[in-house]
Amino acid sequence: MNYSLIILIPLIPLAVFLVLGLLNRKIGPAVSGLIGVSGILLSTVLSFYTAYQYFGVVGKVSGAYPTLVESVVWMNFTDTLRIDMGVLIDPISVMMLIVVSTVSLMVHIYSRGYMKGDEGYTRFFSFLSLFTFSMFGLVLATNLFQIYIFWELVGVSSYLLIGYYYTKESAVAAAKKAFIVTRFADLGFLIGILLIGYYTGTYDFGALNDPGGAILSNWAPASFMGLSVLTWGLILIFIGGAGKSAMFPLHIWLPDAMEGPTPVSALIHAATMVVAGVFLVARLFPMYFFVEDGFALQIVAFVGAFSALFAAVIALTQTDIKRVLAYSTMSQLGYMMLALGVSGYEGSEGLGYMSSMFHLFTHAMFKALLFLCAGSVIHAVHSNELKDMGQLRKYMPVTHISFLIAALAIAGIPPFAGFWSKDEILVAVFEHNTFLYGIGILVAGLTAIYIFRIYFGIFWGKNKAYEHSPHESPSSMTFPLVVLAVLSATVGFIPFSSFISPDRTGFEGHIDIPMAIVAVAVALLGLGVAWILYKKESEMVSRLTDRLGVLYTWAHQKFYVDELYLFVTKNILFKGIAAGAAWFDRNIVDGTMNLIGNSTVVLSRKIKGMQSGRVQDYAMAFVSGTVLLAILFIYLWTS
Amino acid sequence: MDMETLLLLRQEVSLLLIALVLLLFEIFANDRNRAGVVSLAIVLFGLHTALGFMDMKEGELFGGMFRTNALIHMFKNILNLGVLIVLLQSAEWVKKELIPQNRGTEFFILMLSSLLGLQFLISSGDFLMFYLGLELSTLPLAALAAFEIYRMRSSEAGIKLILSSALASGITLFGISLLYASSGSIYYAELQGAISENPLTVLAMILFFAGLGFKISLVPFHFWTADVYEGAPIGIASYLSVISKGAAIFILMILFFTVLKPLMHLWENLFYLLSVLTMFLGNLFALRQQNMKRFLAFSSIAQAGFILLGLITGTTLGVATVIYFILIYIFSNLAAFGVVQAISTETGKEQLQDYEGLYRTNPKLSLVMMLGLFSLAGIPPVAGFFGKFFLFTAAASKGYYFLVFLAVVNVTISLYYYLLVVRAMFLRKSEHPIPYFTNTVYMRIGLVITVIGILALGLYSPIYDYIYALSSTLN
Repeated sequence: MNYSLIILIPLIPLAVFLVLGLLNRKIGPAVSGLIGVSGILLSTVLSFYTAYQYFGVVGKVSGAYPTLVESVVWMNFTDTLRIDMGVLIDPISVMMLIVVSTVSLMVHIYSRGYMKGDEGYTRFFSFLSLFTFSMFGLVLATNLFQIYIFWELVGVSSYLLIGYYYTKESAVAAAKKAFIVTRFADLGFLIGILLIGYYTGTYDFGALNDPGGAILSNWAPASFMGLSVLTWGLILIFIGGAGKSAMFPLHIWLPDAMEGPTPVSALIHAATMVVAGVFLVARLFPMYFFVEDGFALQIVAFVGAFSALFAAVIALTQTDIKRVLAYSTMSQLGYMMLALGVSGYEGSEGLGYMSSMFHLFTHAMFKALLFLCAGSVIHAVHSNELKDMGQLRKYMPVTHISFLIAALAIAGIPPFAGFWSKDEILVAVFEHNTFLYGIGILVAGLTAIYIFRIYFGIFWGKNKAYEHSPHESPSSMTFPLVVLAVLSATVGFIPFSSFISPDRTGFEGHIDIPMAIVAVAVALLGLGVAWILYKKESEMVSRLTDRLGVLYTWAHQKFYVDELYLFVTKNILFKGIAAGAAWFDRNIVDGTMNLIGNSTVVLSRKIKGMQSGRVQDYAMAFVSGTVLLAILFIYLWTS
Repeated sequence: MDMETLLLLRQEVSLLLIALVLLLFEIFANDRNRAGVVSLAIVLFGLHTALGFMDMKEGELFGGMFRTNALIHMFKNILNLGVLIVLLQSAEWVKKELIPQNRGTEFFILMLSSLLGLQFLISSGDFLMFYLGLELSTLPLAALAAFEIYRMRSSEAGIKLILSSALASGITLFGISLLYASSGSIYYAELQGAISENPLTVLAMILFFAGLGFKISLVPFHFWTADVYEGAPIGIASYLSVISKGAAIFILMILFFTVLKPLMHLWENLFYLLSVLTMFLGNLFALRQQNMKRFLAFSSIAQAGFILLGLITGTTLGVATVIYFILIYIFSNLAAFGVVQAISTETGKEQLQDYEGLYRTNPKLSLVMMLGLFSLAGIPPVAGFFGKFFLFTAAASKGYYFLVFLAVVNVTISLYYYLLVVRAMFLRKSEHPIPYFTNTVYMRIGLVITVIGILALGLYSPIYDYIYALSSTLN
């Protein structure tokens, strides 16, 4: 492996960021767009070259893909604890390089069209580069400390990008919320790092993850509230990951983050940054698996499953298409966490792990595509709301077909990418726990409903009189759509299991036919429900309410059943349960977070009186404080 | 005074000489060249700072009253560097406000005297020298705080500082006398090992600690801080917030880690308690401040609470992380204070809302401010993150997980108010933003040094390695 080339992958975007950031006002938009795109293009080429080198040239060493580390000692923190900086190449980091570079390249190209004429064009590209740099740094990190630094950097760049439209009050609020909520989660991450670092004496992934090594073979038994220190550390780290990957209840920032420009949503809030949490758990997977028989991993599984269901239900009710996609992202991330949570370690038992990474990969492609299509639609109709759209297939054929492919992919219809990865997840979950499988299959159905709900709503549905006739986006925007659509249709055929497994040996993957049939049937059922309800503008619900009082409807029994079905699905399921969940999300979960914030402010106001400004009060406080301390220490703590 | 003595006292003698030269300049100056004192002082002090980096031998003087070694010497250099930045950032203000009134020289002489006091303080080998240093460092500050006498707030600040510090040093002195009463000595070397746990020594420790707690602005000895910072000239506030605070922490660390080591099981609890109180109160008050100087005052109180996390350990790692943090804190806080200084000197504006839309008119200043605040908030990869992370690791290494948890909660709270300022500068528009202005060369140098410090300290690891190596000499 040529490490000097790998190092360039993150360094090129960094250089682009510095150049664009420093020359902000001095270069025109055409030049800055060109610099940005060519920088990331170079990184993409290098990423693919690295993948080729790693999987093709280096290949398996004694039956497993090797973990290649090149690092320098950056700081000797104490005599024993050392902090390194470097790059770590293993199957998942190579896969992430491909994901990040590909999606980032597409988003860069797309942004040249989407952001055209925007005041802060250059600033936008410099932030994008900063983000890409941080994300590369994150996936290449060799140790916990390094990953944390880039983790935070990713957070900062996301803050800057969400708040990009800084004249919009809501965008600024969303940026702040995202930053603070994820920082709140990072509390856990940080303390987890401290715990693990001090307990094991190393931050190094290699040493931490070695199944035969000293750390994993003798983790200490219960020491604090019935769990071992390492388990606590892993749970805390998972909290950090849950914050970034928008797991319940730390997901509240993600829907608001949709205030950012749409390409940003595609890159950060669909394909790359939000999967950082999944990646983190995968990165430490051997630890999660071996410490205390995978107790922490159980938590990962259940949190993942719940988030997947919760978000899918809410996605049904949203009318802002970007918000639907945001909840959908959360739901799919839940899938990935769930799959990790049920995975085993050796050989084909690592199916969960493999399928999680596989889904991460395919999801990055089709979700980025969905967002970019949504951006294209928003660009055309100047609104995020479903009610302002309809029949757009006539005006935007490329966007329409791309969106359809992505929707088929996320719904899990073969042969599109999502089918393959989701099917593997469901198989893995089924082998582990049938209850979780039930949730998984339910979510699969809901996914098909909500995605086709917006698909039909946007491209079919009601005839709408547009003020300005919408038109297809420029080629700079449709080109990435086509590329991603091709990828969404084909990447499912990559034999992922021979490249990626927890023990890095790879295994023979196969499709479980009965399971696949069930999954596809559920997906088709969901698609069918959406078809009936949303393909044409439906007034069935209002008709239903009109006729309920009228006696003759009772005679039309068949019709009645039909309507009852509609009533149940639309009014009870959608308005009742889903709206209830949405309300819960908005008021209880969000409210609790706000309460924490607000009570801090209130407390701060309450204690204001202490600072009276009178020096005699200060002296009084000084003396009484001293006396109190003296009493406390002399009478209470002195033996 | 032989050559040996002179070399060990090099730093102090050099400071005195500069003060004398400035005094002579003042005598012979006339109205035309009076303003030259600014450049003269800065150049001389810059020279002094640079020469300070030459190696220093270890040794004792005056029968053990004064001592120096590589660790102390390094800390003196850190203080020098900090004061140099403060002087650079104050230069324009001195020219504008003080030179016309013919008080420029006084400013420099008083500030250098205070620094001289701090140098003696951290070099002290017994409590007499300790006390002399403490007083010498405080008295000029009271005069400096009241330097803009025509402003009521400034005289108020001076009065508050002198009254509070008189009380504090009285209590400290009482503590010292009790320590003497219980052990029969005031020499650190003799006290070491002579202290045992009994009510008298515990009381002595608490009283002694209160006096230093005042300088560090720990809760409940912190009340003077906000009022004095707000009223005093900004240069003085920044001096108080980093230089005098840093020196007090350093000597506190030396004394508690060596002389008072036998009472460690007690002062651990003391530090724990005050750390929690200080972090929370500092942060909660900082949330609501509209005046930038008051805001920075409470932020500096909260930062002191974080520093206690390193002090609580009593280990080499604790010493190293605390010194490293102070060094970073000096750069970060002076970056923020420097920008406040620049804006206040130019426009007289000091409120948070005045900063709205600053990025559009003065992008460079805003970036410096942002960097300083990010560093104070501990956001990677700027230096402040490493400082905090290391402090927390040090505390975690001794098993203080809950304290670390509380500290991390506080980091998040503090993030909120630091972001408020960043938001005002970058994300808000204002009808009347602060117009564009250019800074003087001195101010620019002062700010650039802080920026370099903030960026380099975290990433250039030999500095930490060096501090760590020296720290092991303390125990």
